[in-house]
Amino acid sequence: MPKGKTIFDYERCKGCLLCVEFCPQKILYQDKTTLNRAGYNIIKVSDPDKCIGCAFCAIMCPDSVITVEVDK
Amino acid sequence: MAKTLMKGNEAIAVAAMMGGLDAYFGYPITPQNEVSEYLAKHLLPNGKVFLQAESEVAAINMVYGAAAAGKRVMTSSSSPGIALKQEGISYIAAAELPCVIVSVMRGGPGLGGIQPSQSDYYQATRGGGNGDYQVIVFAPETIQETIDTLKEAFDIADYYRNPVMVLVDGLIGQMMESVDLEKQSKKRFLPNKDWAVSGTKNHPGRNIVNSLFLDPQQLENHNIHLQEKYQLIKKNETKTEVFGIDDADYVIVAYGTMARICRSAIEILEEKGIHVGMIRPISLWPYPKAIFTEINPYCKGILCTEMSMGQMLDDVLIANNGRLPVGFYGRTGGMVPDPEEVVEAILNFSNRVVR
Amino acid sequence: MEIKYQKTKGLTETPLSYCPGCTHGIIHKLVAESLEELGLLDEAIGVASVGCSVFSYQFFNCDMIQAPHGRACAEATGLKRVLPQNTVFTYQGDGDLASIGIAETIHAANRGENITVIFINNAIYGMTGGQMAPTTLPGQKTTTSPEGRNTLIQGYPIKISEIFSQIEGVAYLERVSATDPKQVLRAKKAIKKAFSYQKEKRGFTLIEVLSSCPVNWGMTPINALKWIKDTMTQIYPLGVFKDKGEDHV
Repeated sequence: MPKGKTIFDYERCKGCLLCVEFCPQKILYQDKTTLNRAGYNIIKVSDPDKCIGCAFCAIMCPDSVITVEVDK
Repeated sequence: MAKTLMKGNEAIAVAAMMGGLDAYFGYPITPQNEVSEYLAKHLLPNGKVFLQAESEVAAINMVYGAAAAGKRVMTSSSSPGIALKQEGISYIAAAELPCVIVSVMRGGPGLGGIQPSQSDYYQATRGGGNGDYQVIVFAPETIQETIDTLKEAFDIADYYRNPVMVLVDGLIGQMMESVDLEKQSKKRFLPNKDWAVSGTKNHPGRNIVNSLFLDPQQLENHNIHLQEKYQLIKKNETKTEVFGIDDADYVIVAYGTMARICRSAIEILEEKGIHVGMIRPISLWPYPKAIFTEINPYCKGILCTEMSMGQMLDDVLIANNGRLPVGFYGRTGGMVPDPEEVVEAILNFSNRVVR
Repeated sequence: MEIKYQKTKGLTETPLSYCPGCTHGIIHKLVAESLEELGLLDEAIGVASVGCSVFSYQFFNCDMIQAPHGRACAEATGLKRVLPQNTVFTYQGDGDLASIGIAETIHAANRGENITVIFINNAIYGMTGGQMAPTTLPGQKTTTSPEGRNTLIQGYPIKISEIFSQIEGVAYLERVSATDPKQVLRAKKAIKKAFSYQKEKRGFTLIEVLSSCPVNWGMTPINALKWIKDTMTQIYPLGVFKDKGEDHV
């Protein structure tokens, strides 16, 4: 059971890649095949089981795209 | 109805407090410092706000901030300082904020002089800030009238959500006259300021005070709205004093201190058998154009007199609309004319006709 | 599972208008979160300035007024003097605070106005297309210093935190950055402290945030953050420059 879980509001994403850069588990990547309505490639989680719920991605996101949940 | 002897600048300060002044922001400049000096002494002990700002620019922006909070705010200055406030005044008018601005005119342009003049008529009525906006401008001629105007100015500003300017000159500011402070002013019904900022816990939703409308249609709509307001102000707030125009040989148009000088000139001319009437605009914006059509058709001419090189002259020409000959007499730089000079100007009217 | 991080109520639902990866977005969150967590959101009044953040009145979820370029501190002064019980803050960039508005900013600080100023230092004028700012680094290329800032004719980077540390009326002054999660959390702590000091009526508080402008610096958002860390902090060191602390109220 992963410690953390990320939920993305894809339409807010501007593809800046800060979340990808700062994820310590390196489990975020930009999906070059999917665009949101604004024309940006959205972010996907490659290995959700490895999420430790540090919320670094959400902290760095300038556009409040990511909600992070953790085990109680 | 007890009368007090008061200095003009001091009367301005007293009247503003009687008009419900909450906050004053200003910067020292000759010849109006007694306004802020009186308020420095009396506002704080009465639980109100007084602050000497670092510049006239800062002062007008402090006015904007306090006005956005729904308070009764005033600033005062003189010609070069009013020039500095033009940006702020445009923003205040655009954001539809109420405030009172007292302008005590001195000689210009530039650093100019410190003696009285009327060379800021354009500055007051045409505005030096950007965009289509108007400041409501009143020009009293006596200290009593200045007090009455100031007391009502805050209500007018609140009612229309617009800056109101009380325009006097250094002579009115510095002279002393006996006045009745208790004279009642016209009361208006004023709606609540539910647009003011005070924190979202104090009103529904968020209140935003703003003048930026990037979408051109939105900005045009905003301008149309402002113009509708100005039409209403023209209808309701035009103020003038008129006498003798039904049968006058000549009509003098003058405001403020110049009007008082012209009254003496008119008496002298009456003794010489020349009947002269007067139109004394009390509101400079809105300008009392309509009354000009009532000047009798046998009038030999209109003499516009100002302590300037001719600024109100434009509005006289517009109001006259080519109907009668228009002459001009003016002194400036701080020179205050004698009544005899105005008499001379009427006697030599044909030399003064504006072409 | 419980929520560890979500969009703050201190920001409205309006999508931010900033460029991808611009630190304005991060700092807006920090200001908004601070106000929300301190319970000050419903008494806050913000002053939006002129620059990329001119639309901040659409983003902060509180009462807002929009000021002419450079005048935010004067307007905040007017607001705070008549509404001393409200939390008043400004949000200003390099041009607004350090160039056209330097007089209004210094004098608000000098009077010890009980307001909080958030200063976004990205060493350039963003909104108008990348001109030189008073904070531009020597040798830095901008559209009005195309050969790089020449200190002989164009002056030196203006160090706001250093200058303001000399001003008596300043209660709390810290320079932070938004270059990585650790610095972002440090920045939030500073901003929260500034608002707390305002609530405790300690005086003028200013937080200078070293920020990025990826588009006008010609860098990716990630490289822009690296440039702040490696280059900007050489000229603008991070740290607390003034803290009146517990003794001064």
